[in-house]
Amino acid sequence: MSASSDVGFHAQRQARWHYGEAAFWLVVLACGFLFPSRYLIMTDILRLALFAMSLDLILGYAGIVSLGHAAFFGVGAYAAGLLALHGIINEPVLALIAAGLAAMVLGFAASFLVIRGVDLTRLMVTLGIALLLEALAERFSNITGGTDGLQGIDMQPILGQIPFDMFGKAGFFYSLAVLFVLFLLARRIVHSPFGLSLRAIKNNPLRAAAIGIPVNRRLIAIYTVAAFYAGIAGALFTQTTAIASLDVFAFERSADLMLVLVIGGTGYLYGGLIGAVIFRILQEVFSTITPQYWQFWIGLVLVVIVLVGRQRLHYGVLYLPNLLIKQIGGRKAIVTVPESDA
Amino acid sequence: MFERRIFSRTAAAAAIASLAAVAPAKAEDTVKVGMILPMTGGQASTGKQIENAIKLYMQQNGDTVAGKKIEIIVKDDAAIPDKTKTAAQELIVNDKVNFIGGFGVTPAALAAAPLATQAKIPEVVMAAGTSIITERSPYIVRTSFTLAQSSTIIGDWAVKNGIKKVATLTSDYAPGNDALNFFKEHFTAGGGEVVEEVKTPLANPDFAPFLQRMKDAKPDAIFVFVPAGQGGNFMKQYAERGLDKAGIKVIGPGDVTDDDLLNNMGDAVLGTVTAHIYSAAHPSQMNKDFVAAYKKAFGSRPGFMAVSGYDGIHLIYAALKKTNGDTDGTKLVEAMKGQKWESPRGPISIDPETRDIVQNVYIRKVEKVDGELYNVEFQTFEAVKDLGKTKK
Repeated sequence: MSASSDVGFHAQRQARWHYGEAAFWLVVLACGFLFPSRYLIMTDILRLALFAMSLDLILGYAGIVSLGHAAFFGVGAYAAGLLALHGIINEPVLALIAAGLAAMVLGFAASFLVIRGVDLTRLMVTLGIALLLEALAERFSNITGGTDGLQGIDMQPILGQIPFDMFGKAGFFYSLAVLFVLFLLARRIVHSPFGLSLRAIKNNPLRAAAIGIPVNRRLIAIYTVAAFYAGIAGALFTQTTAIASLDVFAFERSADLMLVLVIGGTGYLYGGLIGAVIFRILQEVFSTITPQYWQFWIGLVLVVIVLVGRQRLHYGVLYLPNLLIKQIGGRKAIVTVPESDA
Repeated sequence: MFERRIFSRTAAAAAIASLAAVAPAKAEDTVKVGMILPMTGGQASTGKQIENAIKLYMQQNGDTVAGKKIEIIVKDDAAIPDKTKTAAQELIVNDKVNFIGGFGVTPAALAAAPLATQAKIPEVVMAAGTSIITERSPYIVRTSFTLAQSSTIIGDWAVKNGIKKVATLTSDYAPGNDALNFFKEHFTAGGGEVVEEVKTPLANPDFAPFLQRMKDAKPDAIFVFVPAGQGGNFMKQYAERGLDKAGIKVIGPGDVTDDDLLNNMGDAVLGTVTAHIYSAAHPSQMNKDFVAAYKKAFGSRPGFMAVSGYDGIHLIYAALKKTNGDTDGTKLVEAMKGQKWESPRGPISIDPETRDIVQNVYIRKVEKVDGELYNVEFQTFEAVKDLGKTKK
């Protein structure tokens, strides 16, 4: 087998849908019916998952580190809030796309700054953009409501049919649908030749340039797409909570996102989703037990994850399923974590 | 890929298990009070005080009222409105609480207002102080104070006591703007002049650059509103910049000299005159007992947030007593209207029309009592209503 057809074979094999993925989404959907009293936290998880997926696109696939991803989240959130508040676009799905596009425009503009540096510069530039926007939002409090936030947002029914209810049922399924559609799109992107070229850039930008990949253009493209995703996540946030305040730009939001990917792993799209689930549930459990000191326990868990190494933790978690497969299936269990996840 | 499938499934199974684990159990004869408080972040001292006060009240008065056991559920919102909203929804939908209470800052109280209306359960505001709050839902009742109550009074007092030129420094959010506007209205009506107006950001404020401008403007006094918890920082920078030596006094609503932090502010704070609803030095027997019990239980001095929490839980008890344990939200709000009682801060009542608190406002001066700094009250304005309601 020649080298190039070998690459193609692997790429195709990776791009195929697996039973496990279908099962994952079915379980997520089933959660919507199994836990009718937990829609809010589950919606929160979906939003975070979408947001994390956005960071995964640039971090896991293109190797762009960012500490200011909340910038795009915030622009999407305020855009959706202002559109609804002033009745410019009343229909949530259209407003969602419009808000995403607003973030995308910002992402495109910011990408030129981001491609100029290497990791440390990028961290600072992205952080700076988010802080800048937060300060602007605070300064122009006549538009954004300042620290008090946008109050009195009244969301119209989705597609003119389904109203948002206070139990968050509509919000959950709406968020799930948006997440799934965007996931399909992201999946298509990362398995395309474009996605493969991003991985090449991540591994070695110089070599990628040498084999004819237009490095900067590719980075600009993926950064813009990621900004769109983050904008959509922000817009979902505003639409499902009917609130937008300064903290959408907060540094904590960007930092939390990094933690989500630290927990979930990068470069296989599900990292953000799984990380979001674990992160929020940890937060929920700890803050229920101790409302005052939950941050300590979250910190401790993260330290443990980093110390022990995610791979070994995964091995521990997967030990039992492996054993079962060995016993029942009688075949050699090869359950490991994807190599890119190490 | 095969290995991913297993991994995803395990993660999903783990998720289901945890979601199921945190789902609460329901009991018939308990009344649940969901407290949404900032327990972390910049406003954490507010949350801590209210939580302490509630614990103290329940120790003193037992945890059953009208045959119902009171259960308190505390949620941290870090004073971030969307977290408040999520917490309120969670409490209402899952924990089936009968009351929501707390709310460290105005945006948080406003965020929960539509939920209180929809769910028809009382929202007892125990900290946030903007006038409009109680207008946002017919289920909101307040046991803290409004900025209009204290700001108008200090405005009138200042102009009558020889203060002609004032510079203002207020936090840039709804209560800060309330404080500023009401003060200005009353101060300028009496012939005073505002020479410099500065608004500081609510989160992580650095007062130093503003204070230099204040000093250059040479006012007789600066009118300061910062939320409870930031007063210490302000006073430190005020002294560092030498404004105390330049003879510029501090006046304002009493948030800046919160009892919680007052004793550590140093001597620069001496002579600060504020109008406020509570001082730990309030000379009633009830307050002396309250302060002693609070100090004994938590090792610190109670501030006005603690008193608001103490009165908040008292109001919940009183309402349940009046409805005889009926937990219908509308009836509970009705029962709260017009309640009158003696609080550590003095006599207070709930205005039946606005559901806002009516209370005495005291003018106090910071003095040393037994080596500790206290707000010593020297003038009382009785039964002050909120003046900030929309004119009808």
